[in-house]
Amino acid sequence: MLIIQIVGIAIAFFSLLMVLLRFKKKELTLREFILWGIFWIILGVFVVYPELMSRLARLFGVGRGVDIIIYLALILLFYLMFKINIRMERIEQDITKIVKEEALKKK
Amino acid sequence: MKTIIVIPAYNEEKTIGGVLRKLKDNGYKDIIVVDDGSKDKTFEIASNEKIKVFKHMINRGLGGALNTGISAALKENADIIVTFDADGQHDFRDISKLNYYIEHGYDVAIGNRINEKMPFLRRIGNKGLDFVTYLLFGIYVNDSQAGLRMFSRKAASLIEIKTNRMEVSSEIITEIGRHKLKLKEVPIRTIYTEYSLSKGNSVWNGFRIAFKLFLRRIM
Repeated sequence: MLIIQIVGIAIAFFSLLMVLLRFKKKELTLREFILWGIFWIILGVFVVYPELMSRLARLFGVGRGVDIIIYLALILLFYLMFKINIRMERIEQDITKIVKEEALKKK
Repeated sequence: MKTIIVIPAYNEEKTIGGVLRKLKDNGYKDIIVVDDGSKDKTFEIASNEKIKVFKHMINRGLGGALNTGISAALKENADIIVTFDADGQHDFRDISKLNYYIEHGYDVAIGNRINEKMPFLRRIGNKGLDFVTYLLFGIYVNDSQAGLRMFSRKAASLIEIKTNRMEVSSEIITEIGRHKLKLKEVPIRTIYTEYSLSKGNSVWNGFRIAFKLFLRRIM
């Protein structure tokens, strides 16, 4: 086993533990718990069986196993950024609501 | 018919006093100023003018200020609500021009500044925003960014302002379309002073607005 695999497994395992802990503390919803759980498990499987990744890459017509990870990571990052943007917009709107109510209260 | 003029103001101490006096001298007594968290004397100057002044404790942008002002005007039982810029770029005489259309069955009348001598870059930017408004919401108006608007009470109650900043101008247009309100574009005079030019939309702002509108669309 390569060192990078051992590190990878450790990271996946630790992250999974964190997800479980945060779910227990009710910081994550069930949906988030399942999504993140699946994410780290899949990552762990890929680390243990890298050839799976190469097979997947070939299936998608991408050259190497590592490349597909980078593509997926990019997509994930874009998605997360987008979500954060929407959440920020919501927060901005909420702040405006508060400021408005306060302004109308005091004459 | 009670007409209330809503003036959103952010750091407009240089012009707000003159704008208010001119309106009052010409018979427009019902004025609401929303001070959008100004850091200068805007609030103090407006408060001295015997009109209603509401103060945002922090700056929220044009959309937030208009939202507060229109809500306040509705609470004051306005039949007609006018939005008017604080930077002195509007001519009070245009209010009666818009009024003509509201009295003749239109729900909303907005100013159209295109006939005036708008600086070239500004014109390109504004046209771009008109086009983005059209792409996202399917409504084309000649000057979606004009600050002089008049709403009937019905229109003002229906229009829901959610965006905070400059994107509100396009948002209002789309709300007009969504509620199928009758809209009239009225040519108005614009007084471009060096001061009013230093404010308003830059090209970069245009991109920002387009993105915000896109978010508003999908949210």
